[in-house]
Amino acid sequence: MLVAFIQRAVVQGIPLLFGSTGEILTEKSGNLNLGTAGVMYVGGITGVIGAFLYEQNAAQMNTFLTIFIPILSSILGSLLMGLIYAFLTVTLRANQNVTGLALTTFGVGFGNFFGGSLIKLTDSDVPSVTLSATSLAFKKGLPFADKLGWFGEVFLSYSFLAYAAIAIAIIVSVYFNRTRSGLNLRAVGENPATADAAGINVGRYKYVSICLGSIIAGFGGLYYVMDYACGVWSNNAFGDRGWLAIALVIFAIWRPNLSIIGSILFGGLFIIHNYIPNLSMSDQELFKMTPYLVTIIVLVVISMLKKREFQPPESLGLSYFREDR
Amino acid sequence: MTNNPSKVHEPLFHIIKRTAMPKWQSWIVRIVSVLAALIVCGVVTVLLTGEDPIQVYVKMVEGAIGTERRIWTLAQNTAMLLCVALAVTPAFKMKFWNIGAEGQVLAGGLASAACMIFLNDKLSPVLLILVMLVVSVAAGAIWGLIPAFFKAHWNTNETLFTLMMNYIAMCIVSYFSYEWSVPKGSGHIGVINDATEAGWLPSIGGKAYLCNILVVAALTAFMYVYLKYSKHGYEISVVGESENTAKYIGINVKKVILRTMLLSGALCGIAGFLLVSGTDHTVNRDTAGGRGFTAIMVSWLAKFDPLYMILTSLLIVFLQRGAGEISTSFGLNDSFSEIITGIIIFFIIGGEFFVNYQLKFREKEANK
Repeated sequence: MLVAFIQRAVVQGIPLLFGSTGEILTEKSGNLNLGTAGVMYVGGITGVIGAFLYEQNAAQMNTFLTIFIPILSSILGSLLMGLIYAFLTVTLRANQNVTGLALTTFGVGFGNFFGGSLIKLTDSDVPSVTLSATSLAFKKGLPFADKLGWFGEVFLSYSFLAYAAIAIAIIVSVYFNRTRSGLNLRAVGENPATADAAGINVGRYKYVSICLGSIIAGFGGLYYVMDYACGVWSNNAFGDRGWLAIALVIFAIWRPNLSIIGSILFGGLFIIHNYIPNLSMSDQELFKMTPYLVTIIVLVVISMLKKREFQPPESLGLSYFREDR
Repeated sequence: MTNNPSKVHEPLFHIIKRTAMPKWQSWIVRIVSVLAALIVCGVVTVLLTGEDPIQVYVKMVEGAIGTERRIWTLAQNTAMLLCVALAVTPAFKMKFWNIGAEGQVLAGGLASAACMIFLNDKLSPVLLILVMLVVSVAAGAIWGLIPAFFKAHWNTNETLFTLMMNYIAMCIVSYFSYEWSVPKGSGHIGVINDATEAGWLPSIGGKAYLCNILVVAALTAFMYVYLKYSKHGYEISVVGESENTAKYIGINVKKVILRTMLLSGALCGIAGFLLVSGTDHTVNRDTAGGRGFTAIMVSWLAKFDPLYMILTSLLIVFLQRGAGEISTSFGLNDSFSEIITGIIIFFIIGGEFFVNYQLKFREKEANK
């Protein structure tokens, strides 16, 4: 029971981990991308489109291409979203909140439109697209995992994307704290004018971190469809996960390595109502509230502590214009 | 170090801030961006659907204002969106990023629904509606005050706080949807007081939504005067422009933040009341229907001016209704309207750049 719970919590948490790692990378450059929900959605649907086209057209499915094509199309989709956001907020210095929200509207619309169109193409009775062959390739776990009892199930039973999520979070964390370029990026997020004076190309850092952040977040959508949902895409099934990923950023106080644990915790909170016996439907709804409640508590506590290292990047949400005083 | 000017790399252009653009010019920029957006949307429509774009736009206009019924629906939706936009405006003007309107509207709506369910036979109809109004205003205001309190005292990030409050409100509404559901356990409250119509806003002259529209019109006028001519409005703009200046000239910033969010939340509560009492006669987690987020765009596009907000909210609702019609008549799915709305907003957002900044191209002589 406990083993199964942890396993489900991790699987729930991985999309959030991708989303929050991407969002942390973006926010460290001083850009609050509220479009993450839309980006993750687009990352998911573009992966589905790629896989769908490949499954339909390929006579013989090649394992490498089965995995490579959805990943590539997902990267392209979320990169495009990142570029839209970066162009509007960095080059055109538009308001980040408004742009982000518009990006979410657009992304969710984009996903549902293409999702709906694919569903129509398949002529099936259920409102969903099923890509079982692709999903099977994505879900391939380690061969010896089930031979190791509970240890194998808790630690080794996941697919490669899940391990990739953890690896990316660790890499991003090392990048922030151990590399010069990471230091520069943090400087851009804290005080772009100072960074600019020190000769750092503010625009380039912002662009790169927004685009990479979007790609990473997009993987969250891809993982959700291919792994968690077993290759079944149905419109709006992704739910609030994009916003939950933004909540997780705060919970992890802008540290990707903390968000690994945080994502599993959030995943657990997300599904804990299934594991408490005799819970009425209405009480389940209250349990679904806990991740948001916990986030608010963290937000309030870090603002009360006033410790510099717990604060959001100083210039978060503000656009930078060199000639401003 | 070289002093040879020809070797100094000068960029092709650089960006400078405009001091002020005449109003008519800035509106030309905005209209051009909407037109450009419509062209891009046309191209996208053709690429995605293969339909004739002119045909599509004709359908769109028909869908939005084709029949009298549609015009009323359009006006009703515009009024509701405008109401939420008015609510978030004072906060935004203060640079308090209240993206929690969704939750504040839900809090108000839930309070209204609760009164309709539990007080329907205890109070006279007029009194019931008054009680509902007061309770929803209070509920919305409290929901808005919580993040404002933490912002004022500990400078807690309000964008993230209000965002989280939305989902908490949604979960609470879902909770009560199960508690009060009819039939039990279905998770839907259904139309409340269908037989007695207790707590329903009356229809005026046979028009069910006229009451909503009138209330919102009054609120628009109020907000215009409040922001432009009252002392409170002035304090809000000073705090928004520079918190330090505000402190220096003796404005109590904490008080202004709390007072403004109280107002913002209260107006959201009214929106919730209008949605439940005047429109849906029920409540569920989608009662606010994303208006809390769309309203932010409406308010921002209008540069926080309540009168222009009438235009911008009309534009957005028009697009949504019109695109909805396209979907049905061309057999596309509903989400096509969200794509179109997204593209148009991107263009308007981008167009603002040309209002605020100007590109200065490198002068030719400098190169020779």
